[in-house]
This record gives sequence, C-alpha cells and structure tokens, in this order.
Amino acid sequence: MTHEATPFLGKDLIGLEELSAEQINGILDTAEPFKEISERAIKKVPVLRGKTIVNAFFENSTRTRISFEFAEKRLSADTVNFAASGSSVSKGETLVDTARNLEAMRIDMVVIRHASSGAARFLADRIGSNVINAGDGRHEHPTQGLLDMLTLRDHLGTLEGKRICIVGDVLHSRVARSNIWGLRKLGAEVAVCGPATLMPVAVEELGVTVFRRIEEAVEWSDALNILRLQLERMQAGYVPSLREYNRVFGVTSARLEAAPRDILILHPGPMNRGVEIDSDVADGPHAVILEQVTNGVAVRMAVLYLLAGGKPESAESAKQGRAS
Amino acid sequence: MLIRGGRIVDPSQKLDEVLDLLLVEGKVAELGEGVDAPEGCETIDAGGLVVAPGLIDVHVHLREPGGEHKETIESGSRAAAAGGFTSVVAMPNTDPPIDNPAAVGFVRAEGLRAGCARVYPAGCITVGQRGEQLTEVGELLKAGAVTITDDGRPVSDAGLMRRALEYALSFDCAVAVHCEELALSRGGSMNEGLTSSRLGIIGTPRAAEEVMIARDLMLAELTGGRLHIQHVSTARGVEMIRAARARGVRVTAEGTPHHMALTEEAVDGYRTEAKVNPPLRTPEDREAVREGVVDGTLDVIATDHAPHHYDEKERAFDDAPFGLVGLETSVGVVMSELLHTGRIDLPTLVERMSWAPARSMDLPGGTLSSGSPADVTLLDPVAEWTVDPTRFLSLSRNTPFAGRTLRGRPVRTVVGGRTVWQGEDRS
Repeated sequence: MTHEATPFLGKDLIGLEELSAEQINGILDTAEPFKEISERAIKKVPVLRGKTIVNAFFENSTRTRISFEFAEKRLSADTVNFAASGSSVSKGETLVDTARNLEAMRIDMVVIRHASSGAARFLADRIGSNVINAGDGRHEHPTQGLLDMLTLRDHLGTLEGKRICIVGDVLHSRVARSNIWGLRKLGAEVAVCGPATLMPVAVEELGVTVFRRIEEAVEWSDALNILRLQLERMQAGYVPSLREYNRVFGVTSARLEAAPRDILILHPGPMNRGVEIDSDVADGPHAVILEQVTNGVAVRMAVLYLLAGGKPESAESAKQGRAS
Repeated sequence: MLIRGGRIVDPSQKLDEVLDLLLVEGKVAELGEGVDAPEGCETIDAGGLVVAPGLIDVHVHLREPGGEHKETIESGSRAAAAGGFTSVVAMPNTDPPIDNPAAVGFVRAEGLRAGCARVYPAGCITVGQRGEQLTEVGELLKAGAVTITDDGRPVSDAGLMRRALEYALSFDCAVAVHCEELALSRGGSMNEGLTSSRLGIIGTPRAAEEVMIARDLMLAELTGGRLHIQHVSTARGVEMIRAARARGVRVTAEGTPHHMALTEEAVDGYRTEAKVNPPLRTPEDREAVREGVVDGTLDVIATDHAPHHYDEKERAFDDAPFGLVGLETSVGVVMSELLHTGRIDLPTLVERMSWAPARSMDLPGGTLSSGSPADVTLLDPVAEWTVDPTRFLSLSRNTPFAGRTLRGRPVRTVVGGRTVWQGEDRS
C-alpha cells in the first residue's frame, strides 16, 4: 500500500473543520452500504485485507475503541491495540517516540485518542501512515460528529435547514466542535445551550446560536445532541451541583412535552442518567442513542475505506468483494 | 578603537549625525569630526552604518544553573552579542533560583568568564520564587543583582508585593513584575478567544494579566516604589500604564518584539514555537503594544528570550513549555515592524533598546557620552536577511520567526572597546 494522499479524503482525518461538504457527504454516503455488513451472519468483507492498523489510545475509551476495532475487523484489517496512560511518562514524550516507533513498524493506519488537543495533527505531521483522530483533547472527534450526522440524516432525511442544538458542556467537548463544523457545512442551523461557564469564548463566531435556557432550545430544535456532564466540572466550579444542573439544564420529558414538535434525542455517551438527561427521555420513543452506536461502526468503516484509497461510488462493489 | 564615518545615533545626547567615535581603554574617549586615530589604534570604517550605544536587553533567560541543555550563560552571552546586545539582565528563575548572594555571584562570574555581552543578574523577590518570604534584597544587590523579580511567576500575595516595593525603596531598586493572576490563567496555554475555542486549547483571558497590572500599579502608587512591568501584551494593560505614568507613578514597562509582530493566529495548527507567556493576543492588542512602544508608554524593548530544547517543544501544545528565543531576531523584527513601516524613527528605536533599558535598571551604558563604557553596536538598518535558526548562537532554536525575511540587523558588537561579535556579511 502506498501512503500518497488519496484524492477523496487526503492522508488523514483530523477534524471536520478541514473537510468540505462534498467530502462529508461522501463519507456518509459510503457508510450507507457498509451498514449492512454488520447485519450479516458472517460480518466480514475483505476490503482492508493485509492492512495493519494500530489503535493508539492514550486516554481511556471503551465505546470508541471497540467501535473502531469492529469496523477494522469487519473490513478484514489486522489490528493492534495500544493503550498507554500518561501516568509515569510525560504525554508528549510518549507521543513523539510512539510516532517514530509506529513509523518504523511500517503500519498502514493509526487511530489515535489523546488527552491533548492537537495530538492527532501532531502525529499526522510526523508519520507517513494515515492518521484517524478518535478524539484529541477538547478539539475534535470527527467520527463521532459523522455518526451523529448519519443518524440525524437517517431520521430527518436531510440536514439542510434542520435545527440541531448541542446541549451541555460545549467548552470541554470535542464532540461539540466536530458537530458544529460538520452540521454547518451540510447546511443545518446549529445552536448550543448550557451554562455560560461551559460555553467557549466567542462560540457564536463559529456560526452558532447561543441559548441561555434549555426551554428556548427545546422550543427551537428539531434535534438535541446532549453532551455528558463530567463529574469533575462540579469540583472545578463550573456548575454548583449536579442536582441543580439537572433542574436547570437537564433534558426531561416535562420539558420535551412543551415542545412544538417531536424532538430527536442524541447522546454521544456515556450517559449520566438523571443529570444531563432523564431516563424516560433516554429510553423514550424519540431517542436514537443506540442507533448512533450502530451507525458508528458503519461510519468508521467508511472512513477507513476512503483513507485506504477507496471512492464513495465504489463502496457498494467493494463490499461485495469485487475490486474497485 | 576608532569607528569612523558612521551615523552616530545616541538619544542620551540627542545626537544623530555622521561622526567618528574613539574608544580608549574600555571607555568612550571622543566623539567628533575628523578624530585622529592614536598610534596603533584599530580603525573601523562604519560608512553607511548606524553607530548606536550598545543595545541592552533587560529580560533574558539564560537557563544556567539547571537548564544547561537549553542555554548557558556563555551561549546566551554570545547569542546576545550576535543580536547586537552588549548587556543583558538574566532572569533568576533558574534551578535553583537566584535568591541568595552566592547564586548572584555565580551568574556574574560566569558572565565575566563568557566575555561576550555583559551579564547582569536579577535576583528573586521571594525565596525560591515561592511568593512567601522576601529575599535578602540588600545582599543580592550588593552581590551584583540589578533588579529583583519573580519573573515566570507572579507574587500572588498583594501584601507581600506591597512590602517588596517598599523594601526595595531603601535601595531605590526597580521591582520587575510578571503580571498574571493565576486563578484566572490556570490551565491556559494561549490567548482566550475564537482561536482557542476552535483549537480546543484552554485560553488565558487578557484580564488575567490586566488585573495584576492594575494591582501592581496601585501598589506602586501606594508605596512610591519603582515598578518595572514585564512583557505587556494587552491593549488595556498599555492604557493603564499610560494613565498611571501620567499620574506620576514610577513605572517602566516592556514591549517585546513578538507581541508587536504576532497575534494568536501564530499558534494555529498547534505551533508550539509560538506558545509564550503572556500569550500572543489579538490584532488590537498587537497594535496597542506597537503604539505603546512608539509613544514611550512601553519605554523598554525587551525580548523575554526563553530558550527551550527542541525535545521540549516537540510535544502536544498543552504539554510544551512557554517561551521563545528572541536575542538574535530582536533588531530585525523591531526594525521591520516599527522602523520600516514608518511608525518610529531610528533615534527613538535606539532609545527604547539602549538608553531607556539602561535607566530602567540603572545599568552602565546605553549612552556614548564621554567616559561611558565603550559598548557600541553597529547596525545596518536596511540589510535584508532571512531568519535561519540553525545559524543561531543560542543553544535553542524555538522561534516563530524561522524563514521570515527581516530588514535591519546588527553587524558588529563592541563591549568594553573590544569586538565580541561581527556579522559574516561584512569584514
């Protein structure tokens, strides 16, 4: 396999900020035929046979790592998982040396999760292999943004003109940033809602509407993407208590009942039931949270396939095992 | 040494004309037309060049002791000379910090041993820079320190800062301050704004610096103490200093070349070579820093030369240390940003880089008046050159200006009547 920049996505997937609407639509369109692979009795196609992929997780992750691993295995890639916590070694040192070591082992792709914003770009600039960002600090989590968009598209038909509100800790959220870039590029109207302490400075300059109150967001939205509130945020003084957070910003069925329309409920997980989302909402008829998880595998297959040199229009035939 | 036919720019004497400069036994002997070279005297043709009092940088980190892989007093003294500086003030945030007379003596001795640019030690305000207990300021000054500062860290305790300003009055010594309210800057790696929000990097608001500038100006006003505010980076900061000086507060302040040349955009793409504290800010702040230097509110140009080994900068943005090297690009950046844009005239620029810094810390030099130290910088204000960090004499290369074409450079640095550095282009 050569590592030359592929025409469709380029060498790496670092963030949705860098992608065009055409590229994002291409990924979502590619994911469509790949969905079906996971529904088969034998969930494997030879699309990435002979490719080696390293899942380098410098920060704990369960669902993203497993989702990537399933995507890789269902496309027949050889995978190695690498987990390192930054406890004894300084994170930066580990990263630069890891980059060189991975390079030396002649791998094809790296999926990286790291606690520092910019870590995926850092790695991508230093190795010839394809790099996929599986979440870097507070920067981006592009495959999460893509799977959210695929799920929204499944239900809303199109994203053009649809109103999506991201609720909660936008300040610390890479999911929020990827959603903002991706949704805006596909023509959706995007809003954010949460306590002002958890809003990034100048967030409105990213082209989003800011709602101070959840009631206003509910009134406005076609869909809510509800972010996890990390327990540390309370200790750091961003919010006074989880109880109050739920009372003021929690998405509850009472609040949703006041909405002028049915609102699609997304959550990137893991959920804090009773904090940012009530259980009857999470388990309710408009929640698509588990579909997001299912779509995650298809989206990641699409990204892997496209970075390996595939084209959106060839995805269907590639899936059947025919050369593209 | 006779320096013949150069344009002498000496703001301390309001001089700007073509004259000969005679240096004898380490002192300025004569300045005039048609000066005769004494027997055996080295003669330098300075035709087409500017002859300025030796430039002075009152804010450099030479890293020794403790950080010799980044810089040593010797390498830093050479880098200073290569940047046209004849004197530098070495910050005390080394490991261990310069908080006792023996440590001050070490920096002084190593500076003398290097024999390049003069190295003046700064001592700590508080023991170990911990912000708890005043150092023996009198002893530090007696050992050769020229100022006290906890640079790199603020003195968070306002009561202690008040005492420091008062106590330093006994010696009429300037107290140099790094203004940062840690409770507002904690975790921050760059300016807080749209760029930090996009990159997902925790930002430091301008208020973190401004709150502390306001506090220290008020404490200087309260005590009558002599305050030197380091590396001012915000428009409001400049404004407050301007107003305080108008009220008679004894304050001097620094503008750095990087804050007058760059904005927060320079860190886009997670470029750690532009990660510096205080951070690069907005175009409005940059403009205010330039204006402050032009109108003299920021009367001193200083580099905050902060060398780091490439291993340390080759990290994810959050994990990389703050700081950039400035000694060898300062003249070029300042001339490109202020002189060649018509913002400042040459005498004012030379004043901000020689006479004003000398006065801010009572250093010898900064003037070519008769009997002063024979410290002279020859400058070619129009030479174009491209910054190539591999040619730095500093041990470190962490500059955001790599590859940038600048206009204006030093060509010869003379300390005590002896050439300590000479550019390769002219011999």
